Parts: sequence; structure tokens; C-alpha cells
Amino acid sequence: MCTVCGCGTGEEAVHSHDGHAAPGYRPVAGGALHFGLGPAGAHVGGMSQDRLVQVERDILGKNNGYAERNRKLLAGHDVLALNLVSSPGSGKTTLLTHTIERMRDELPIAVIEGDQQTSFDADRIRATGAPAIQINTGKGCHLDAHMVGHALEQLPPLDHGLLLIENVGNLVCPAAFDLGEAHKVAILSVTEGEDKPLKYPDMFHAASLMLLNKIDLLPHVRFDVEQCIEYARRVNPAIEVILLSAQSGEGMEAWLDWIRRERQARAVRQRALRHVSGHSRTGDQAA
Amino acid sequence: MHELSVAQALVEQLDAIVRERHADAAISFRVRIGPLSGVMPELLTSAFSLAAAGSAVEQAAMELVQAPVRVRCQTCGAETEAAMNRLLCGACGDWHTQLISGDELILESVELQMPETAAQ
Ligand SMILES: Nc1nc2c(ncn2[C@@H]2O[C@H](COP(=O)(O)OP(=O)(O)OP(=O)(O)O)[C@@H](O)[C@H]2O)c(=O)[nH]1
Ligand SMILES: [Mg+2]
Ligand SMILES: [Zn+2]
Ligand SMILES: [Zn+2]
Repeated sequence: MCTVCGCGTGEEAVHSHDGHAAPGYRPVAGGALHFGLGPAGAHVGGMSQDRLVQVERDILGKNNGYAERNRKLLAGHDVLALNLVSSPGSGKTTLLTHTIERMRDELPIAVIEGDQQTSFDADRIRATGAPAIQINTGKGCHLDAHMVGHALEQLPPLDHGLLLIENVGNLVCPAAFDLGEAHKVAILSVTEGEDKPLKYPDMFHAASLMLLNKIDLLPHVRFDVEQCIEYARRVNPAIEVILLSAQSGEGMEAWLDWIRRERQARAVRQRALRHVSGHSRTGDQAA
Repeated sequence: MHELSVAQALVEQLDAIVRERHADAAISFRVRIGPLSGVMPELLTSAFSLAAAGSAVEQAAMELVQAPVRVRCQTCGAETEAAMNRLLCGACGDWHTQLISGDELILESVELQMPETAAQ
């Protein structure tokens, strides 16, 4: 039934859709996916002698498993996937629509939109002509790899393209969840204050790139750009930084060039990998 | 509040271990959390009681251990401890470092309650 996670195949004990880490999902008319439909219970035991077992398991191992699956599927189709994370209103959707407008003649682009409610953002993306899947997380404060896997099933083929995933506006929770992306991209707008990388270190640590957005507003707000970059490097020495305004277009070329560079770097890595493994696996057939 | 999802994943793993080992329940377990894991220990504790309600691990006590933040310096090669919002090399002060520990979220061990062995 479900090619991404094999749900509905009787391994209910291992992977139940009616609760736990991967909450129940139901596809809804209009192409939106709804998650977050309440937890489930299990069984209870008796009492007796005890035993200590060392397990050393990654608590988010299941999410990471789905993420690896997504990553393989995406790699098989040569898709660069970026996970855009930020606090609400920093300009993710605006950035996406302008990115699509500027790049759509260059390569196929699709978007996965994560919001707790509404499909406003997916509608804004579709208005550009690009395909978009809206995931509503309900009370959930982040996307997880399982949801993204299901969204991938609904997207048209995207070979040699770009998948942009707009996470739920939240600088905390999405940091812990790998979706199978190549990179997390953190967006910080200059109206939010330069101290955010230190206040939310997990997120800025997890991101490969920080986009400082709304620089058209710099003349009107107190925001120390150098200080902000220095703070970001404290929590992530390798982080790259691009200043831009999604609205005025200033700096947009640098961001597009970053995407182009990443695509090339991926292509080189993929070729090297294929060379090493002798023969290529063209990825999962289920798409 | 993603701690609830993390707690649900934790309950699911504990539950699976209880089943795999044919135990009756989990009595206690130990979790190792890095400061950069994106999870607040206090929130995880309260989320766990919600997530575990009605399960075989409902009564299990959670022991939390903080993993240290450690970095490897790409300049001098030293491995040192660092602060979560200042990932500098403790030996030479360089900031070209790589995180080697501090973002983990690991279920280390579980103490299981085994069924009475059917003697006689
Ligand atoms: N001045 C200025 N405003 C911007 C810029 N980018 C976005 N905005 C405005 O910021 C507001 C929020 O933009 P969105 O693109 O909806 O932000 P978002 O991050 O997608 O928001 P959520 O999805 O709700 O988290 C809108 O009013 C945008 O017009 C910019 O570069 N400069
Ligand atoms: Mg948006
Ligand atoms: Zn949360
Ligand atoms: Zn050093």
C-alpha cells in the first residue's frame, strides 16, 4: 500500500500509523496531507526478575531510516533537496516564489510546504506554476521524514531538479529531524535580531547555510550583520552566509549561485560514487 | 514541543525492546542527550509520561545523562571539550572545528522486568 514506509503491510507493531513517532496521516482532497491524529496505546505486563540490556540506539532512528530512504530516492533521480528552516515570517515562502521565478527555466523545481494549518503557502507556490504539496502537521511543530516520504509520492517526477522543503516556521523543533535533505538552510531576517544563532544554537548548528533576509530593511532596524555572522560561526564554524532581500532581489543571485554550485558538487560526488561502486543503482523504482 | 515526537519514538523503541526480549515491562532506562540535539531534557521528561501512558513502559523511570560537547580541531588536531555556543578548539583556540559529540540522542540501556520463569 505505502511504498515509502511499507505501512499497511501487517508490521503494525513496528510501525503503527495511529500514533507514535509517525502520527496517523490521511491524504485529503486538494493534495494536502494531514498529520497529528492523536496517540495510541499498547499492552501491559506482569512482574518479576529484572535484566539490564545495553542497546545504544538512536532514539530518532526510525525517522533517520525514513530520511535515508528519501535521500536515496532523491539521489536516484538526481534531485537536490533543501530543507528551509526559520522562525515564522522570516520570508521563506517569499524567497521560494522568487527562487522559482528566477530558476524555473533552468531546472524542474517542486516544493513541499509544511504548516500547522492552511494551504496558503502551497497556493502561493502553485501560483508560480511549480508543483507544491502542502503538509499540515496539525499540532506538530516540525516536518518529519515519514511525512516527506508520503509527499514525495504525490509529486510529479523531478529528475535532475530541485526540491525545496519549507519547514514549519519554528527555530527549535525542525533542527532534530532529518528529512533526507542535502542541506538545511536557515533563514534569519534582520528584524529578528542578531543574537538568534546563539539563542537557537541547535538550528544554526544543523544548517549548512544561513540566509540573512530582508536586508532592504537594514537602514530601519538595529541589526549588526558582522556580529550575527560571528555568532553563527560560534555554533557552526563551517556555516556559509548570504545576505539578501527576497523582496528587492538584492543578493538573490548569490543564493541561486549557491544552489547551482551545490548541484554541481552533488553531480561530481554521484559520479565518483558510481565509479567506486562499479555499476550504478538508479534508485528506487517507486516514485 | 517536538519533545512529544521524540518521546513517542522513545516509547516505541522501548516497547519494541520489551517485546524482542519477551519481557513484561521496562523498569528503567537511560538516555544520553547532547546539548545540540535539539531536545530539552525537562520537556522530554514530561513528554515521556504523556507518551508512555497505557504502555508497557508506563512505569519506567528515565535516567538522563548529558553528553559533553566535544570538537576536533582541523588546525591542530586536538580533541577538546567546548561550550555549545562556542565551538572553539580548547587547545589552540581556532574555530575550524568539527563536532564529534554533543548532538546525540541515544537510548543507552534498558532495565527489563522479566516474567517469572515457569519453574515446575
Ligand atoms: N521588507 C521585506 N519583507 C519581506 C522580505 N521577504 C519577505 N518579506 C515579508 O515578510 C512577511 C512574511 O513572509 P513569508 O514569505 O510569508 O514568510 P514565511 O517565512 O514563509 O512565513 P511562515 O510560513 O508563516 O513561517 C511577508 O509580509 C513578506 O512580504 C524581504 O526581503 N524584505
Ligand atoms: Mg511560509
Ligand atoms: Zn516542538
Ligand atoms: Zn586546535
